[in-house]
Amino acid sequence: MSILYTKPKSLNDSPFTFCPGCTHGIIVQLVASVIDEMGIGGDTICVGCVGCGGYLPWFMATDTICSLHGRAPANATGIKRMQPDKVVFTYQGDGDLASIGTAEIIHAAHRGEKFTTIFVNNTTYGMTGGQMAPTTLPGQKTTTSPYGRDVELCGKPIRMCETLATIDGAKFLERVSVDSPGNVRKAKKAIRRAFECQLAGHGFSMVEILSSCPTNWGKTPLEALERIRTEMIPYYPLGNFKDF
Amino acid sequence: MARVLMKGNEAMAEAAIQAGCQAFFGYPITPQSEIPEYFARELPPRGGLFLQAESEMAAMNMVMGASAAGGRIMTSTSGPGYCLKLEALAAMALTRLPAVIVVVMRSGPAFGTMKAAQEDYRMTGNGGYKVVTFAPSDVQEAASMVYEAFDIADQYRNPVVVMADGMIGQMMGTVDFEKMPARRQNLPEKTWALRGSASRGGKNSALLFPVGPAHYAAKSEAETELYPALVRNETRVEVTDVEDADLVFAAYGTAARMCRAAAEELAGKMKIGFIRPKTLWPFPYEAFDRIGPKCRAIICPEINILGQMIDDVRIAAAGRWPVYHAGDTAGDFLTPENIIRKAEEVWEEQRV
Amino acid sequence: MGFLVTFKQDACKGCELCMAFCAKKLIVADKSVLNKSGIHPAAITDTTRCVGCLNCTLMCPDAVITVEKIEE
Repeated sequence: MSILYTKPKSLNDSPFTFCPGCTHGIIVQLVASVIDEMGIGGDTICVGCVGCGGYLPWFMATDTICSLHGRAPANATGIKRMQPDKVVFTYQGDGDLASIGTAEIIHAAHRGEKFTTIFVNNTTYGMTGGQMAPTTLPGQKTTTSPYGRDVELCGKPIRMCETLATIDGAKFLERVSVDSPGNVRKAKKAIRRAFECQLAGHGFSMVEILSSCPTNWGKTPLEALERIRTEMIPYYPLGNFKDF
Repeated sequence: MARVLMKGNEAMAEAAIQAGCQAFFGYPITPQSEIPEYFARELPPRGGLFLQAESEMAAMNMVMGASAAGGRIMTSTSGPGYCLKLEALAAMALTRLPAVIVVVMRSGPAFGTMKAAQEDYRMTGNGGYKVVTFAPSDVQEAASMVYEAFDIADQYRNPVVVMADGMIGQMMGTVDFEKMPARRQNLPEKTWALRGSASRGGKNSALLFPVGPAHYAAKSEAETELYPALVRNETRVEVTDVEDADLVFAAYGTAARMCRAAAEELAGKMKIGFIRPKTLWPFPYEAFDRIGPKCRAIICPEINILGQMIDDVRIAAAGRWPVYHAGDTAGDFLTPENIIRKAEEVWEEQRV
Repeated sequence: MGFLVTFKQDACKGCELCMAFCAKKLIVADKSVLNKSGIHPAAITDTTRCVGCLNCTLMCPDAVITVEKIEE
């Protein structure tokens, strides 16, 4: 018998704390699978964030550290600069990366820091109860945009891949989705490519992953995947923005 | 290297390099900018890393990451930047990561002015933690304290702050780097450092912000073991002539230097005792128990308007003596003359 | 040749994504079991019809499912 799939070794036995049907759990497994397949688990350091993704350090069997809200790229910079031969990645949500941590991610990319960022975009602050994020879609109702996101008041959602693509130090940027098995497979390829970019020492690499938040969107897990397809992908087009 | 003439900021940077500082992450702010400038010039040729961060917060979080990766790391700042660094300082105290933070204080609040001051005494951030905080009063001592701070940080796995006022950072003074404190032996190995689980035979290191019961266990350990050990072992104070003093001056840093000048002037009129905390935390409360029965009052000169350390001095005095503040930053610097005037006023008031 | 599909039922949160994406619609909520989260966890009805597409493992957010290939 050969195992085609089981929980990756880079994850420990802790159950995930994500809500039922939340695709964070899919993304975490993809990252861990890539680490396993590349055989780099013993040399990898995971940097968590604040938000739902902030629990990743509790699930990883690799070396890992919790960072403060938005500051994962600064932590990762410090780690990678001290341990240039290790593999370092941050795992950040959209509130963490695209709002409070915008300066850190832009400057990390700008310096061409040789780590990988897994950016999970679900258009909301999940852990704090579904508030508006910089990525919240126009008209989307959240607890802090109860009448729908007003673009006159708050501007339009920020597209991080496109923003970072203007920066020389960013060498691999791709936006993927985990709404279907086919897209999950593509997401995994992109994550692997991002780690390869880091290992080859090219510079900063990031994969933006469109993810669901059934709880705060008020949808079933399946309906939430449908929303990724029908509402998110049209505003956040999938594809590669930079390849080394 | 024999005695050399250096600016306080540069002496602190050189001491850090000699103490084995491997990386410096910083951001420009007056009056400490000579520190990052010195590191930028000196650290790379001597095998270390200097990186100018995009912000004070990023610099401190880089310090956190680099410390987590096992390095001897330093940053420096001044009041406005120190505020921004406090969240990460608290996080490092929680995850027990060593580093040295030099704060060269200027006048506040907020942007304040760029004049030297002692305004950051109470800044300890998002509660529930303590860090050893040194307060040098000359250039040699500033260098020695930074040098020793690295060992203390590593020994206890806790950040150490060196709080110098702007005068100490900016003044020129002689330093003898052969007179640094002895290196501490048997510092614990950093088995927790993030070097990959392969470095530990497959066992991973997780530097977590503990949650739930683990959070309280970590807090309890710090408060019942770490902080008492720091109080026991690392409290530093200079005490002079308090046993038969008429008045006692309690001051740190540059204010303490002014007290010395003032005490000389006052020598014929009254006997001045002198308590100079060299660590602001742990505060040397017990030094005040040595004050003799003749003492009428304690004067606490500080380079700020209302007084900050004076609260700890009052706790130490425990009602045995009245405690007076002398200080100023609003328009001008605290001077020995201010202190002399205050001492004479207090003496008139208290002698009968 | 066939496939062995096993579920770590205690980790299942009952999101039903595996059921929705199973190419052969072989996965159901196991009404005979109530796991520690109080959920009827996912289970496979007929392993012999599994084609080993791995859609269930790709879409399961909780790493509940293991798929093994049975060599003849």
